[in-house]
Amino acid sequence: MAALLEVKELKAFYGQTQSLYDVSFDIEAGGITTLLGANGAGKTTTLRAICNMVRTTGAVRFDGREIAGLATEEIVRLRIAHVPEGRGTFTSLTVDENLRIAAYTRRDKAGVQADLERVFGYFPRLRERIQQQAGTLSGGEQQMLAIARALMLKPRLMLLDEPSFGLAPLIVLEIFRILRRINDEENVSILLVEQNAALALDLADHAYVLETGKVVMSGPSSVVKDDENIRKSYLGY
Amino acid sequence: MEQFLQQIASGLANGAIYACVALALVMIYVSTDHINFAQGEMAMFSTYLSWQLMTWGLSFWGAFVIAVALSFVMGVAIERLILRPLHTAPILSIIVVFIGLLAIFNSMAGAIWSYLIKEYPSPFPKSSFGIAGVIGSHQLGVVIVTLIVLGLLFAFFRYTPLGLAMRAAAQNPQMARLVGVRVDWMLALGWGLAASVGAVAGIMVAHIVYLDPNMMAGILLYAFASALVGGISTPAGAVAGGFIVGVLENMVAYAGNQIEQATGIYIIGNGEKLTVALIIVIFVLTVKPAGLFGRVVVKRV
Repeated sequence: MAALLEVKELKAFYGQTQSLYDVSFDIEAGGITTLLGANGAGKTTTLRAICNMVRTTGAVRFDGREIAGLATEEIVRLRIAHVPEGRGTFTSLTVDENLRIAAYTRRDKAGVQADLERVFGYFPRLRERIQQQAGTLSGGEQQMLAIARALMLKPRLMLLDEPSFGLAPLIVLEIFRILRRINDEENVSILLVEQNAALALDLADHAYVLETGKVVMSGPSSVVKDDENIRKSYLGY
Repeated sequence: MEQFLQQIASGLANGAIYACVALALVMIYVSTDHINFAQGEMAMFSTYLSWQLMTWGLSFWGAFVIAVALSFVMGVAIERLILRPLHTAPILSIIVVFIGLLAIFNSMAGAIWSYLIKEYPSPFPKSSFGIAGVIGSHQLGVVIVTLIVLGLLFAFFRYTPLGLAMRAAAQNPQMARLVGVRVDWMLALGWGLAASVGAVAGIMVAHIVYLDPNMMAGILLYAFASALVGGISTPAGAVAGGFIVGVLENMVAYAGNQIEQATGIYIIGNGEKLTVALIIVIFVLTVKPAGLFGRVVVKRV
């Protein structure tokens, strides 16, 4: 199967500081891939580099098309949804508006409404909060809102940046169960960045491990999970 | 009593103008954190455009619509051509650009149309409009037109997808890009709308203050005060602030006149309106720094 996303020799810079050195990896269509690594390894930067939110060089190919250098909003319009670190809630907008903003270019009202219903199928709690100001939601609800908003883009690829961050373990499990369902039912490929390596390896079928801006190893999740050396050296559990 | 009502009515008419200009300032402020010092001069320039169109034979409302549309284009163009290249520039450079724009528009208007004060017509029929003894036809017309414009803007931002995208872009530009919003164009649209609202204010006030290149200088000051009183980060607050400042300044002068009539002692009058209004603004900001309707933004670190 051809790769949905190919990243080759990706480098990223914040000002003069280089934070990615030659990151290369592929994402299979339909799969869940995870990027693991310690703090500062470059996981978030890799996601930001794919969406051209930092200065980058290198090649990023999505569905055979070169997307490096395109503006962030144009990359998103190719149906790559990025759920950023910190959830990116529009705090002063309502839950409804937070979801509809992802469909603002679409003219088919019925289609948008159907997508809202589909998304509420995954996150029924958001339906109850539909007219509430999004800033008043709990952390878990805001994470659900962020994923739901990404789904409103009808993505082919979802980039998820630490969806477990700051959430209670039970909520995290719920969100990961939903991510599994989304991957199955929506035919969405997922690139997941996680601190919680055990959790991420359970969900993903392929893993890459980053250290100080380089890919240091990769393999099927089951292999990475069972390799004691990798676990001790890079994942710390 | 009649005089009291008259003062309130004329305060509301002035307030409507301040509200429009204050809203224009706020629209740019919420999306860029910049105060456009040239907002008043842009409005003045738009008013001259409408005057020019009328001298070429257009009706008042024809000139009004075309001038407002041209102002929109002018606002978009200024953002795209002048401010876009500066989007990473330090704040002081941008302030210098705003002051430069202010001077350019002022001298351009002077060069094209001369600094001579011109009369500007009112489109509202004197006989059948207004309430005798309370509010003049032009003042009532100003209030109605500005309320319509403000209502349209509110509906646009509240109920249309594009309005939603503009609000999202102002609130969290990075996240807006991540849902496919073309943030740069939203900023340009915001500039266009601000220039249009300013044009409405200029055209409406020109009959009262007469047309000259410096007509908006005082009004910009009042509008700035209005935006601060209502809350510089809340559009509805800025509009309310406009009406509050408009009525307040007239009440100050009215109270001063009443005191003078009763006691023969002159304390305050028309000349001190601006001073007293600004003192009240400072007082409000001391007690409520975010403005009457503004919320204090707490950032989690």
